[in-house]
Parts: sequence; structure tokens; C-alpha cells
Amino acid sequence: MTAIHLHVNGAAIADDVPPRLSLADFLRERRNLTGTHLGCEHGVCGACTVFVDGEPARSCLMLAVACDERMVETIEGFADDPVIAALRRTFHQRHALQCGYCTPAMLITARDLILRKRAGSEREIRDGLAGNICRCTGYTNIVTAIAEAAKEIGKEAPNAQ
Amino acid sequence: MKAPPVDYVRPRSLTEAVGLLAHASVEARVIAGGQSLVGMMNLRVAAPGLLIDIARLPELLTVADHADAVTLGACVTHAAIEDGRVADPSHGLMPRVASTLAYRAIRTRGTIGGSLALSDPAAEWPAVLAALDAEVVLSGSSGRRLLKCTEFTTGIFQTKLAQNEIIESVRVPKLSAGARCGYVKLCRKSGEFANALAVVVADPRRGYSRVVAGAANGAPLVLGDASHLVAEGPHDPDTLRGTIGRDLDRASDRHFDEFQRNLHTAAAMRAVQQALL
Repeated sequence: MTAIHLHVNGAAIADDVPPRLSLADFLRERRNLTGTHLGCEHGVCGACTVFVDGEPARSCLMLAVACDERMVETIEGFADDPVIAALRRTFHQRHALQCGYCTPAMLITARDLILRKRAGSEREIRDGLAGNICRCTGYTNIVTAIAEAAKEIGKEAPNAQ
Repeated sequence: MKAPPVDYVRPRSLTEAVGLLAHASVEARVIAGGQSLVGMMNLRVAAPGLLIDIARLPELLTVADHADAVTLGACVTHAAIEDGRVADPSHGLMPRVASTLAYRAIRTRGTIGGSLALSDPAAEWPAVLAALDAEVVLSGSSGRRLLKCTEFTTGIFQTKLAQNEIIESVRVPKLSAGARCGYVKLCRKSGEFANALAVVVADPRRGYSRVVAGAANGAPLVLGDASHLVAEGPHDPDTLRGTIGRDLDRASDRHFDEFQRNLHTAAAMRAVQQALL
């Protein structure tokens, strides 16, 4: 067991974890944050994407021990985030999900694309989504929803992106 | 699947890390971004007894901008290179390469040193750094040594890195004004591992030119005759195609089938045309 101290969704957490425990399993099994999903567990499907120190990361490819003194944000932590709020709305309006398994990480990835201004065209959005697999939708509605949310966020706060 | 049980240590300095590596009683592996290693552990392809986490060692995050080269610490991430947060010796080639490497959520953690240390045959950095004539700085218990990247990677997942050594940095020569580059990655989906990679660097002012094929069933393959041809300037497509083909055929140990041969030829042709147009 290794002692770790980290922030999860703003709260300071201390825990003892076995080094082999992934960040994803730490979040799901120990923090009960089950919005982070596990698909392939080797970095290909993208369902486990969270923010670590403000950047998107695969929680299946990060060990919890390596997140000592880091800041982790999961989909549960973005309840009041304006970009996620816009995405939630456009995903709903555009029917950008069916089973919902990939959705939390789609929102996380889309938030990063919008904040880095990489959601300006369909091509850019599709490129940015290449690491997030959806087996239901065929992506069309996801791309549309992200494009609309990006436009909305850009209009509200053109300098704050 | 889940990774097998393992011990973990986060040393405070490179010297301490090298000491731990040299004196470990179990199989010790260095972990930086872990974007390949943790996946391999989850698939139970790798089962080290001890992980030595070097991701946050300040010595390995240092970037030095010299007159003739840029030294990038081994733990500089692909995303830092993509975003231009570190000095670029390559006139935009390295940021462009970084942006095609896996996915953003991988690039934020994966490191240039980790990519070299693993030397996956389909990985971008071994081929690109070979084309740029970069050197790798290795730190071990008996001191430090420098190797050309063209010598460092010796085969499929094979390098000259000794068991007690850690990659400290990569030294990339600066391209002169007027130098041109080409880079083509052929794969079926953005961010996937390459089926063929071609990198071209033409730097007439330094009298330097090199064409490298990556994802080439082994270490990055320097296409010698094509490199000379690029130095001479633009040629007609048939001459170029023939020269690249002969370079590929000479590497009989790579056992390219016809499809791969065509793929590598197409990638190299396009990369040369990018560089010389």
C-alpha cells in the first residue's frame, strides 16, 4: 500500500492504495464516482477520459499512485461548468447519445476541444474525437452537438475561451 | 484487464532513480507517462516487480535552447511539443508530428523519452528523431553517454539502453533557415499507429538531407539513395519512385510484402514532394 494525497473534484482526499490500482478503478471503486467508465482498459476506447491537472487523460493508463499531489476532475465535478452545461443541452437537443456509455468521456473530450479552440470545424471536431469510440450513434449527432456548443460558448465569452 | 501486483517508488532525483534501477532485486521498469507501459501491464504483456516513477523529476523536464541545438528533457510530453510550449529546433516539424501522435488524452501524459525507450516500430519519434539526426543522452550508474538516434534503436522494441540506464534528454540539431521538411503518416484512423511513416529533412545550408521510413518492420530505415536525391533538389516522380523502391528492396531483412512496399513508397514520395515543393 502507498499513501496518496490528491484533489478529486475540488475535495482533498487521502488514501492508501496498492500501486497497481488504476486511477479509473480508484475513482469508481473507492470514490464511487461511476460516471468514469471503463471499456478497453488499454487506452484505445476513451471511455475513461478525465481531467488530470487541467488536461484530459486516460484514467485506465494512469496509476492512482502516480496521481499523488495531482488534481483530478471527473464528469461529476462539472455539474456547474458552463461548457459542460452547454454540451449537456446540445447533446440532449441533438440526440447525441443512445446507450450513454461513451457520453461522460465525450463531454470531457469536447470540453477540452472547446477550451483549446479545436472545435471550429467538423473536420477538427472529428479529428479531436478520434480517440473516443461510440458504437451507437455513428458520431454525426455528437459532432453537431459539439459544434453548436462551441458556437454558443464562443458567443457568450469570446475572450474567455 | 487489471495490471498485476507491483511495487512503486517515486525518487526525488535522477541519481536516486539510477541507483534504484541499478540495485533493484526484482525486474525494475522506469515509468514516465506510462501510456504504453500501463497498457502493457493491463494486458499482462509486462509484469515488472518495481516501477520507478520519473515523470516529475526536474532534471528530465528541462529544456535548453542552445545556439545549434535544442535539448529536450526525456519527460517532456507530446502535448507540450504540440502546443509549442518548448523550443522547436525543427521549423514546425516536431509540433506537427506530435499532433498526429495517438490522441490528445494520451499526448498530455506520454513523453518523448518514453517513446524512444520503448521504440515501438510504428512509433513516430524514433523515425523523426533519426531524420533530424538527433542524439539521445543516457544516464547510468557509470556516468553519461551520448548516442545518435539512428544507432540507439536497433530493432523492434530493441534499443541500446542498458538495464541500469535512463534516457535523460534528446539533443536535436537546429535546422538552418531555408531547411525543408516532409512528414507523412499513413494509418486508417487519426491517431492510430502508423502503417507507414516517412520523414524527410532537407537542409542545404548544412549540407544535410535524410529520408527515413518508419513502421518499417524494425528500426527506422534510412533511405540512403533517396536522401542523396533529395540533396540534389526536385526530380521527376519516376526517378524518385525507382530510387525509393531500390532503397526499400536493399533492406531485404525487413521482408516487406508488396502492399507494404507500395505503402512505404507512397509515403516517402509524398513526404519528399512536401519537402521540395
